[in-house]
Amino acid sequence: MKINFHTLGPLIALIVLIALGAMKNPALLAEANLINVLARSAFIGLIAVGMTFVITSGGLDLSVGSMAAFLAGITILAMNTLAPITGTNWGTILLGMGVALLGGLAAGLINGLLVTKARIEPFIVTLGTMGIYRSLVTWIADGGTLSLASDMRTLYRPVYYSGILGITWPIIVFALVAILGQYAMRNTRFGRHVEAIGSNDRVAHYSAVDVNRVKLMTYVLLGGLVGLATILYVPRLGSASGSTGMLWELEAIASVIIGGTALKGGTGRVWGTVVGVLILSFIDNILNLTSIVSPYLNGAIQGVIIVLAVVLQRGNSAANAR
Amino acid sequence: MIRRNLLKLPLVAALLAGTAGLAMAQDGEKKVIGVSIPSATHGFMGGLNWHAQETIKRLGTTYPNLEFVLTTAGDASKQVNDIEDMVAARNIDALVVLPFESEPLTAPVKSVKDAGKFVTVVDRGLSEEGIEDLYVAGDNTAFGRVAGEYFRNHLESGKKIVILRGIPTTLDNERVEAFEKALDGSGIEILDKQHGNWNRDDAFTVMQDYLSKYPEIDAVWAADDDMALGVLEAISAAGRQDKMWVIGGAGMKDIVKRIMEKDPQLPVNVTYPPALISSAIEMTALHFTSNAPMTGRFIIGSELITPENAQRFYFPDSPF
Repeated sequence: MKINFHTLGPLIALIVLIALGAMKNPALLAEANLINVLARSAFIGLIAVGMTFVITSGGLDLSVGSMAAFLAGITILAMNTLAPITGTNWGTILLGMGVALLGGLAAGLINGLLVTKARIEPFIVTLGTMGIYRSLVTWIADGGTLSLASDMRTLYRPVYYSGILGITWPIIVFALVAILGQYAMRNTRFGRHVEAIGSNDRVAHYSAVDVNRVKLMTYVLLGGLVGLATILYVPRLGSASGSTGMLWELEAIASVIIGGTALKGGTGRVWGTVVGVLILSFIDNILNLTSIVSPYLNGAIQGVIIVLAVVLQRGNSAANAR
Repeated sequence: MIRRNLLKLPLVAALLAGTAGLAMAQDGEKKVIGVSIPSATHGFMGGLNWHAQETIKRLGTTYPNLEFVLTTAGDASKQVNDIEDMVAARNIDALVVLPFESEPLTAPVKSVKDAGKFVTVVDRGLSEEGIEDLYVAGDNTAFGRVAGEYFRNHLESGKKIVILRGIPTTLDNERVEAFEKALDGSGIEILDKQHGNWNRDDAFTVMQDYLSKYPEIDAVWAADDDMALGVLEAISAAGRQDKMWVIGGAGMKDIVKRIMEKDPQLPVNVTYPPALISSAIEMTALHFTSNAPMTGRFIIGSELITPENAQRFYFPDSPF
């Protein structure tokens, strides 16, 4: 049997990582710890699935971290404002969720329109919106922290902390989105168009693909998923501040690339992205659980593992190509 | 907001000029004080920004011949630009600066001093001594020591604690060293100390991992109130609220409120007041408006907030 390292590279890296970590500290595999790690992966995970589509189509979105912070801010604000009117109940929470989701779709639409209609480079567009959302959340929080009213918080809290049969909601949502994402990328016309545009948008255009519309859709989809991530994030700590979602964009992009999607576009691999997200989360977790070296070096170890995971994948693909 | 208030100042000055009782402030010519601080990127800095704005508002009405220019910077190089602009365009007479980082700000602040301005450095020292006329800072060693002494006095030998550290900086090192020194010889075991970066989300993650790693933890030194909130959430998610208490730091209003209400999980807190910027601005203003000598070093002590004295540290209007 010939193992295809090109596609399985990240998965092997993840398994090796977990095996090594479990040898150092078996607590890694305890159910509570696994649930913790998977649940906290969900935010970056949802965003990274959306990011896979954007990057595959040849785009990029740097604004997602700030966008999540801003959406968390307006969601909290909306719920705090609505609670005295509509009461402390699930209706109010659903309205808040609606704010997050619609806000996310709208923010994605703005990015997408600026890229497709105004024809500005995605890097510049989203660098701009990144700064805008970051400032807006700091501004609405008056430089401090926005906190959800405590009775609303108590009601909303189970959305992060409980679930079905011990599997918490963020994990369930992440799994569903990953499966749907993988299906959309592989088995739908949308997915094929995204890949076609990423490999060569001119050829795609001549093949009667509505390039702008598909590109716009990828940004809207990503925005919606950022909204969904916010819905799961807010009940965790019930707060948002200027430092919420800091560097999430880079974590999401790194996960996508570790997973085997090409940064220049053309090939997308949603399940690879999921593996990439898990690799990043487990590195953090293992470093905390084992204290192998000085915590000052955590960033360096992360860097080495990220590069190694990609080398494993690319190195072998180069060998196969020969 | 500040700009708008500054525009109102001449009006206020005109109103106040008619009233009596402004002896020193009236005769001198107009003095401009520049205030340069980091922007509100996290809770503590948010509080500091708020106190700076409040103080400027108040001093502006008290001393009509003082004018203030406030700038906030997201990084060191922007702060250098701000300071250069203040000197070039606003012709400041004094500079109150909380350096974003010590090294890159040293030379620019020195050139302000060389131009004959009064310089007040706040909280983070410059890397060269003797530049500033006035140094106002919190006491990081005391911050660690006061917390450490509380642990020492309230835990028996053999009890186990974990530490959450801030962003790796000399400031964080000073605090942690002082904390560990205070525990020396007490028999209290420090299980772990990882960086939570003074961030609620990071502290939540680190604390979850501590809880997975150590079946027995008796107390947590979170060293910052933002981190303390993340830690408390992780503890309650694991259902271990009754097993350990948490000490934060800096006196966030939510935490102080819970101390007032005698929350068993949050017995005390240690101050590192963001209002220290107010002391610095006030003292700089006094330099121009009174004969009181205002040069030297002013170190603000770190105090223990207990349920008994918490009222004194509670600022419900501050964002922090």
